[in-house]
Amino acid sequence: MRRIPERKVDIAEAATFTLEAYADTIVPGEKRWPGDRAVAGVSTGGGAVACGALDLLRWDATGIHDGLEDLASRVNDHARAYAEKTGRTLDGTVPPFVSLDYDDRVRLIEELTTPGHPEKDFWVLLSLFCNMAFDSAAHLHTDESIENGHPGLAAMGITVPDTDGLWRFRDFGYGRRLADLHPDTTPSGSPA
Amino acid sequence: MSDTTEKTDVLVIGSGFGGAITAYHLAAGGAKVTVLERGPWLKNDEFEHDYKLGSSYTRIFDFVVGDGMSVLGGNCVGGGSVVYFAAMPRAPRFVFDRHGGIGRRMWPKSVSRETLDPWYDRIEESLSVSKQDWSDASYAGGLWAAACNHAGRTANPLAAAIDNSKCVNCNFMMAGCRFEAKQSLTVNYLPGALAHGAEVRPLHEVQYLERTPGGDYRVHYNIVDDEDYRLQSGSGVIEAKIVVMAAGAAATPVILQRSETRLGTMPHAVGRYFSGNGERLNTAILNEDKVAEILGLSRGDGQLPYGANAIGKGPTVASWDKLDGSLPEYSRYSLEQLYFPPGLGTILAQVPDASGPTWFGKEKKEILKHWKSWLTIFCMTEDDNEGVFGPPPATGNSHRISQQMLGRGNLSYKPTENTWHGWNQADADVKEILEKDGLAKVMPWTNDLVGAYTVHPLASCRMGDDPHTSALDDTSELRGHSGIFVTDGSAVPGALTVNPAMTIAALAERAVPHIVAAARAKGIAVTYGAPAPTGYKSGRDAVLPLLRKKELAGV
Repeated sequence: MRRIPERKVDIAEAATFTLEAYADTIVPGEKRWPGDRAVAGVSTGGGAVACGALDLLRWDATGIHDGLEDLASRVNDHARAYAEKTGRTLDGTVPPFVSLDYDDRVRLIEELTTPGHPEKDFWVLLSLFCNMAFDSAAHLHTDESIENGHPGLAAMGITVPDTDGLWRFRDFGYGRRLADLHPDTTPSGSPA
Repeated sequence: MSDTTEKTDVLVIGSGFGGAITAYHLAAGGAKVTVLERGPWLKNDEFEHDYKLGSSYTRIFDFVVGDGMSVLGGNCVGGGSVVYFAAMPRAPRFVFDRHGGIGRRMWPKSVSRETLDPWYDRIEESLSVSKQDWSDASYAGGLWAAACNHAGRTANPLAAAIDNSKCVNCNFMMAGCRFEAKQSLTVNYLPGALAHGAEVRPLHEVQYLERTPGGDYRVHYNIVDDEDYRLQSGSGVIEAKIVVMAAGAAATPVILQRSETRLGTMPHAVGRYFSGNGERLNTAILNEDKVAEILGLSRGDGQLPYGANAIGKGPTVASWDKLDGSLPEYSRYSLEQLYFPPGLGTILAQVPDASGPTWFGKEKKEILKHWKSWLTIFCMTEDDNEGVFGPPPATGNSHRISQQMLGRGNLSYKPTENTWHGWNQADADVKEILEKDGLAKVMPWTNDLVGAYTVHPLASCRMGDDPHTSALDDTSELRGHSGIFVTDGSAVPGALTVNPAMTIAALAERAVPHIVAAARAKGIAVTYGAPAPTGYKSGRDAVLPLLRKKELAGV
């Protein structure tokens, strides 16, 4: 039983859309509804957003929770500058980063995470947690996530554990010699 | 006030291989031993199969991002031995003759494979290290062996500290072994140390050392919250005649750097010559049809012939064909099959033949759908000891970001041409073996996100004969600071081309009689000669005559 209650920060709607668009660029998914602007819809099945990326980012355990509004604002500033530089017209009804199409979002994130970019650390950290929402559901207990059909763990083919929540594999190997040993091997199995 | 200061004979900082082994022997020899460990003390049933932040998976290890290098280390009672994958090969003979960047022998003349073998023997006996058989190899290891064989190479099941009769092949070893199959220090040296009266204090993070007027050491620590390591609740001090530093190669030099203003000048090599053990990871995405057709492998009806990424027990098979002492330095390496769990392992994997970004985006998502058919190959090459620690952070060895696991450290690592030469050769070799006849598509992990990546940090406080390029003499004592010994991975002079736990442990065993001699010189009634914590004596009986020749006091 955890002593410290889990805390999730609240962020404004515009920041939520912006970070959803960022998470969807890291691990893309399919649109949640026909007019979904944050999720670009360039992939089938759920991506980072459907996997709960915003829930993970907003959890204070990550350490980036308090910086989310600032990250959203920064990536929107970068999106504005990118649009100006590349002659893109932004749609004023949504945040600038959301207004970019998927390929432009990709190019911008590539720029922001290039070694030497002064803000690289921030964007790598944000990307890492977006990815973790998909590949390990780090905000949820793994066995419950699987039971509830977490799209990332399902896509990766993570199997169901035993009833006590532990994984055991009785069949684990081919069980036969598959190569010759290196000739310089000690009796206890080390390089000679 | 000094009357109320807590005192111990020997203060051990860290409870991994360097700390647990020295604590056991010194306590068994009669010294009052106190071990300060910055991480928590988890019991068996607290090792979870769960990727959620706050489970044992994130509580017991630490991921510190530096500039050009990130380090994964243990952070719990038992240290690296609780989170590692228990591969325990001895270092090949040529390693001890390496010259590295300094142009002369890196290791002390007195340490060679021959002289270290009796100490390796002690570890094999204590940790029940055994030669694994082909029947112990996981699907991933078997596949790697078959691919090596197909490419005209040899392959070896790895020596490991695993009790296979208890192993369930869950591949959750990094979260701690729930089944006591992995022979972590929590099932041998540490219980032995406790039985002999040593005291182990978890969540005590040492910040700095200073000298007492009498020439002993005063060690300052902070108490860390057991759940959110960003929180600290108080501090304390303990005095000791002897200090054994075993906080790990990413923390020991930081503590010494922070202590420098009080202890006096540190040897030049403290916080320099860091090695990532030349580590480099490649991800292969297998073509399951080719695996069946070319390698003739099968997992039974209805199963993919491989499709087993999550099944196993860390690395089980390695290729040693390039561990050839006649090859030039920086072109010798081992290639080891490794399981790397999600969370960190997937984001650094790159998409082969990507038309867009390689580490994120729609093509990356497509390869994640084939995750079960990934095979990770771990290259351990010879790097150039190019890591340097910058000024220490306010506390600990990093600025902590997440409640557990993630921090930003001050290690800087700019790979030299030599290091890249080794990495490139190893990468090309993995590609040649696994892409032969279309078996797989292979790409190395990207260094662009968190730099190079090591799970085996070494050499940040290394031993050697030259005072200008080594922090420790050949007894593992810190130059110019009598009574401080360093026994963790930081003492290993350079990359080993194989997993280093066996060598770190053997060097810790080798340091113990020297620490005993220093302790006796300071008036501590302690002797050397305990059997292995398992009770076996043959390792001890083999080293005692060697020590008598050296006429070490108390031996």
